[in-house]
Amino acid sequence: MKQDIILAGVGGQGILSIAASIGMAAIDAGLHLKQAEVHGMSQRGGDVHSDLRISDKEIASDLIAQGKADIIISVEPMESLRYLPMLAPDGWVITNTNPHVNIPNYPDIKDIIKEIRAIPNHIALDANKIANDLGSRRSANIVMLGAASPFLDLEYERLEKAIRNIFKTKGEKIIETNLKALKTGKEFAKNYIKK
Amino acid sequence: MKKLLLLGDEAIAQGAIDSGLSGIYAYPGTPSTEIMEYVLKSKEAKEKNIRSGWAANEKTAMEAALGMSYTGKRAMVCMKHVGLNVAADPFINSAMTGAIGGLIVVVADDPSMHSSQNEQDSRFYGKFAMIPTLEPANQQEAYDIIHYGFELSEKFGTPVLVRLSTRLAHSRAGIERKDIREQNEIHLPGDPKQFILLPANARRRYKILLQNQPHFEEESDNSVLNKYFEGSDKSLGIIACGIAYNYLLENHPDRNIPFPVLKIGQYPIPYSKMERLYNECEEILVLEDGYPFVEEIIKSYFGLGKKIKGRLDGTIPRDGELNPNIVEKALRMEIAETRTIPELVANRPPKLCDGCPHIYSYNALNEALAEYTKGRVFSDIGCYTLGALKPFEAINTCVDMGASITMAKGAADAGFTPTIAVIGDSTFTHSGMTGLLDAVNDNSSITVVILDNSTVAMTGGQKSSATDKIEAICEALGVEKNHIIVIDPSPKQHEKNTKIFKKEIEYGGVSVIIPRRECIQTAAKRLRKEKKLVN
Repeated sequence: MKQDIILAGVGGQGILSIAASIGMAAIDAGLHLKQAEVHGMSQRGGDVHSDLRISDKEIASDLIAQGKADIIISVEPMESLRYLPMLAPDGWVITNTNPHVNIPNYPDIKDIIKEIRAIPNHIALDANKIANDLGSRRSANIVMLGAASPFLDLEYERLEKAIRNIFKTKGEKIIETNLKALKTGKEFAKNYIKK
Repeated sequence: MKKLLLLGDEAIAQGAIDSGLSGIYAYPGTPSTEIMEYVLKSKEAKEKNIRSGWAANEKTAMEAALGMSYTGKRAMVCMKHVGLNVAADPFINSAMTGAIGGLIVVVADDPSMHSSQNEQDSRFYGKFAMIPTLEPANQQEAYDIIHYGFELSEKFGTPVLVRLSTRLAHSRAGIERKDIREQNEIHLPGDPKQFILLPANARRRYKILLQNQPHFEEESDNSVLNKYFEGSDKSLGIIACGIAYNYLLENHPDRNIPFPVLKIGQYPIPYSKMERLYNECEEILVLEDGYPFVEEIIKSYFGLGKKIKGRLDGTIPRDGELNPNIVEKALRMEIAETRTIPELVANRPPKLCDGCPHIYSYNALNEALAEYTKGRVFSDIGCYTLGALKPFEAINTCVDMGASITMAKGAADAGFTPTIAVIGDSTFTHSGMTGLLDAVNDNSSITVVILDNSTVAMTGGQKSSATDKIEAICEALGVEKNHIIVIDPSPKQHEKNTKIFKKEIEYGGVSVIIPRRECIQTAAKRLRKEKKLVN
């Protein structure tokens, strides 16, 4: 088993919280893991991504090769497209449709959605809206993780355990909200595939 | 033992804590910052009373580490690659004095310039200083190499350079810890003149350094970090340095490489192993992140006409970091077509955060300078360098730590007045103070803007050496008290601030304006922490 995952977003959106959850679940499952992160200048509102690799065998490279990523998880719609050269022919794009507009020449969101829909294997959801509806604006990233969960070679219960662990200092209420966010994301993805 | 999930930087730090470290010194710089941050947060380090904390700059950090080594204790100093330029004087001379307690200099290079102004390769510094250089290939090696490096350092009484690059520094993997070693007791050099580099002593020390060279080479040839892997297909021999080896493996998922491979993790280069590879194979491919360091040596040392492929002959791009695809191409494997980036995807460059105090400093400065011709603002290294981009386009230079003040002075000396220097608080105490003294001594017509956000912001909000000291420093350096002006960089104060900028720019001597407001990222972090404490 080997999965190469690209996490994408904009500096400050907190993609590393998704990476931490998957990483914790992978370690819990006894898998090998490598995760290349971006620190420094690009964290200031620029495009950021993280290469996350999990495998039952030892992993060599910290970076994923072009055309080899199994999944792109993007918390921002335009950013999901930036890493398409990395995606394997049968790979999946799981993306938030809620744009983070911090540049003057941000393209028309309709055109971006059109491009996303043109990818055969994709899940597109407004994670911010779903999180808001759940009453937890800050859980959008966990909704995204939930939407990606059916595609991860990790037991769902391990992701739940990871979330409990990550939010353990924040109190039971926040843990429950995030577990709900995870589940709602998962349900959305399952229904999306059926359509 | 349970594996720890650590960044390469953190593996270095944990390795040092576990191998009897007594003190660590550093100035923040991507991609090296997390080494010190890990030690600062480590409970174990605290219990063991390991000295940690940020230094004013890399030179002071290097010297302090050398001083600790002089007492027989193990010391480590960490910096980014360009930081070694700042620390070059003590670094090169530490090879002359040698070390008593193990001394490791960790330098993190940044090929592809993710967060730097060049991609210089620190292995050249190791060769220049003529000391052993270690280059880990993965996180586990990064941990192990510190144990190994301290032993090597004490065996030969020499500082040891450890070279990382961004990818390893900032990538996480599981590492296994080794046995924990106690710290050294204080024991001064047996030869009381060892550290007195007067010419007569220095000549003697240099002979010792030269005599050590064959030993360093022998160590390299026998090192576990330099492994020769047999291969049946001798049409090509591959040299892979540091993390380049990972990309080579990545292209052979079954780990079955048909060619002989020499994996290098310790320098000086292992001459015998390299000679064997050169003699056995028809062509040589050199894979190394950074400059063509090994490639140049093999070309000149073994240059007997065989084809050497690497960065110099164009097999691998001359600049930028390696990745699995570049290595794939170099191995002439079939490259599958991939999707392309849709045309509508726009660039998203980094920018100043919303509400950042620098925004309001630049707005006022730009307005104050509207009546002058362009090209007068000399800037420096930090978040505020983003003032070069739209919508501000407020600065004209960014070269090295502290260069804003001295370049503004040089331009003013040329008769191009007035000029403005824009520098951050931490950069000012790192390398700006001496330049300001030069300007005062010459009464240059410059206005120095010290953007005081009370932190080292770009690297993630480390403690700034300048906090609460800037006015006193400027006054002590001779800037007139009534030309040291603190302002509040906020939108409400725009008119007032613009007037102050105008007035000081017109002044004709050295003036200092200090826009002071805490970095919004640091402020948010602090408030979260305070809230937690209250709860």
